[in-house]
Amino acid sequence: MTAMTMAQALNTALRDALREDERVLVFGEDVGPLGGVFRITDGLTTEFGENRCFDTPLAEAGIVGLAVGMAMGGFRPVVEMQFDAFAYPAFEQIASHVAKMRNRTRGRLSLPMVIRIPYAGGIGGVEHHCDSSEAYYVHTPGLKVVTPATPDDAYWLLRDAITDPDPVIFMEPKRLYWSKDETAPGDRRAAGFGRAAVRREGLDATLVTYGPGVPVALQAAEAAAGDGIDLEVVDLRTLVPFDDETVVSSVRKTGRCVVVQEAQGFAGVGAEIAARVQERCFHSLAAPVLRVTGFDIPYPPPKLERSHLPDADRILDAVDRLQFDDAPDVLHLAREAS
Amino acid sequence: MSVRTDRQVVDGLLPSPVPVRFVAEDGTAVEPPTGYPAPGDGQLLEAYRRMVLGRRFDRQATALTKQGRLAVYPSSRGQEACQIAGVLALREDDWLFPTYRDSVALVSRGIDPVEVLTLLRGDWHCGYDPAATRVAPQCTPLATQTIHAVGLAEALRRKGEDGVVMAFIGDGGTSEGDFHEALNYAAVLHAPVVFFVQNNKYAISVPLARQTAAPALAYKGIGYGIRSEQVDGNDLVATLSVLTTAVEHARAGEGPFLVEAHTYRMDAHTNADDATRYREPEEVERWESADPLARLETHLRDRGLLDAEGIASAHEAAEEFASRLRDAMNAEPETDPYELFDHVFADPTPQLREQRALLASELTAPED
Ligand SMILES: Cc1ncc(C[n+]2csc(CCOP(=O)(O)OP(=O)(O)O)c2C)c(N)n1
Ligand SMILES: [Mg+2]
Repeated sequence: MTAMTMAQALNTALRDALREDERVLVFGEDVGPLGGVFRITDGLTTEFGENRCFDTPLAEAGIVGLAVGMAMGGFRPVVEMQFDAFAYPAFEQIASHVAKMRNRTRGRLSLPMVIRIPYAGGIGGVEHHCDSSEAYYVHTPGLKVVTPATPDDAYWLLRDAITDPDPVIFMEPKRLYWSKDETAPGDRRAAGFGRAAVRREGLDATLVTYGPGVPVALQAAEAAAGDGIDLEVVDLRTLVPFDDETVVSSVRKTGRCVVVQEAQGFAGVGAEIAARVQERCFHSLAAPVLRVTGFDIPYPPPKLERSHLPDADRILDAVDRLQFDDAPDVLHLAREAS
Repeated sequence: MSVRTDRQVVDGLLPSPVPVRFVAEDGTAVEPPTGYPAPGDGQLLEAYRRMVLGRRFDRQATALTKQGRLAVYPSSRGQEACQIAGVLALREDDWLFPTYRDSVALVSRGIDPVEVLTLLRGDWHCGYDPAATRVAPQCTPLATQTIHAVGLAEALRRKGEDGVVMAFIGDGGTSEGDFHEALNYAAVLHAPVVFFVQNNKYAISVPLARQTAAPALAYKGIGYGIRSEQVDGNDLVATLSVLTTAVEHARAGEGPFLVEAHTYRMDAHTNADDATRYREPEEVERWESADPLARLETHLRDRGLLDAEGIASAHEAAEEFASRLRDAMNAEPETDPYELFDHVFADPTPQLREQRALLASELTAPED
């Protein structure tokens, strides 16, 4: 296999899942012959037939509600919401049923289903096409929430999401659809479902991020390295379950932490991460935990999205505020001495 | 798809202009409607016994709220013909998607009444096993269950089973978007599902006239290409006949069916509601004379199918049932706070494990 884009990796994951398990079904808006507006389901109807990959009438609550009934009936639906903001009509179904069915039935009914949502911005999309809606789902008990940052992860996380016994909100960073790994998704390389990945090791500070934030954080880390600051980058991969262990051990090592998210900051996932780090790493911290986020504004028009999106510079500005001069930590000093 | 507006197709989907009826309010048979077979005598007697029991259960449940044994109870008194006909029209391997109002139907389906009342007792789960009983959890977010019913019907169809799914819904619920999405999906997928609207004239306090401008709720089917019917929901014979026809239509692969039953909610919305704030006592009295149970009883007696002994034995069975329920509900339900963490996911997350441990430390801390 040759190198793949994230879009191709997702397509391959769906294809392999459809092939391996006849209970898996793919449906949504335009996912049939068209292959989805982002072509993630390209060719699936041709290969597996209209019975396995099909277009539904336009109604998002209907798509998710239908998936609930079909999962109750023994299938494993993988449905697509066309865009982040167009998943909102389905929110009642997600919050009241998808998230709660196992609990409401004391474990007698489970809903092994996946709701795929292309999300976030950076592609010059018009209004209602660029929302970072992950916090709504993360805040809802009973949902697993996943967001890949690499094609390899996209493949394996989607495969894992489809076999998971619980419902998974699978959030696909649109702007990474066309990003490539060096190699094709091969054997399972990355950490398991529920574990974060350290994308870059470093000793001076930890950048904790996910989804669309990962490449930006890596870019910032490269730039910082030029200035002699060695940043570690943690990619959460799954927001629920949350991997406290990996985050905590990284921050205890580096003593500094910046949380990076593309979403608007107020009451976002980054706020939760900052709180958790502060609660668990207080005595290892040499500086306050900082957040780098989008602004608390409705997603701006294409011409202005660069002003909104956190970029490497905004991250580096935050790193500058990590009080390296005021409170040099022992590790840092020891390393500089050697 | 071609446009199918020829008169015959449209007429074939439209409901009768007046609700289908077999038995008048005074219990006498009317000219039988065409196209709907009369249910067998044995089935009518069975329906009668179940209605007597259902009404007794309902009265007992309301009494249990007064004794603090139930947190809340939405009564279906006056709707027993609908509750029982819905269950009798289904086979055991068919599925039923009920609302909070449909406890009598669940009891009639054979589910342990204590299990049926679990949620209303204030517990966090539905009580019974939906997979084993083929009854979905009683649904409170209005109309959301109708689309699940379509999904399940579609699942049955795909698995080659000839099961049918019946979704119960109230008149108010038909205004919710999910109901319309469900009708549309069912029609497009040709799913074996029956939508059963119990039009009891109120959504809490809001009367039907404020809910819709449709000639009848049954007309909501035509826009989706669904065959629809309206029936006198206080006439057990008619309701059972129409629902049986609807279920067989779906089972035969002819697609979904919408049935509207005209009935009346005799009690308040729940024990916590005060219906005198929004309806006149005269209106309730008028419906008292249309009582579904009295009507069926008169009808069966007039036809010589039921005598005083049969009536007495039905009531005796109902009393026994109620007394067993009373006893069972007197026992404090056992609730395990730790179980609250067990069914959020198949495997609790590390965070849930931590929170469970926190609760344990709170619960086992010595009191000071
Ligand atoms: C989505 C939603 N909105 C509001 C409510 C609150 N509510 C509970 S029952 C009810 C009235 C429903 O009336 P109807 O559908 O006619 O059923 P009935 O109670 O008469 O059986 C309302 C408004 C709810 N349960 N779900
Ligand atoms: Mg009503």
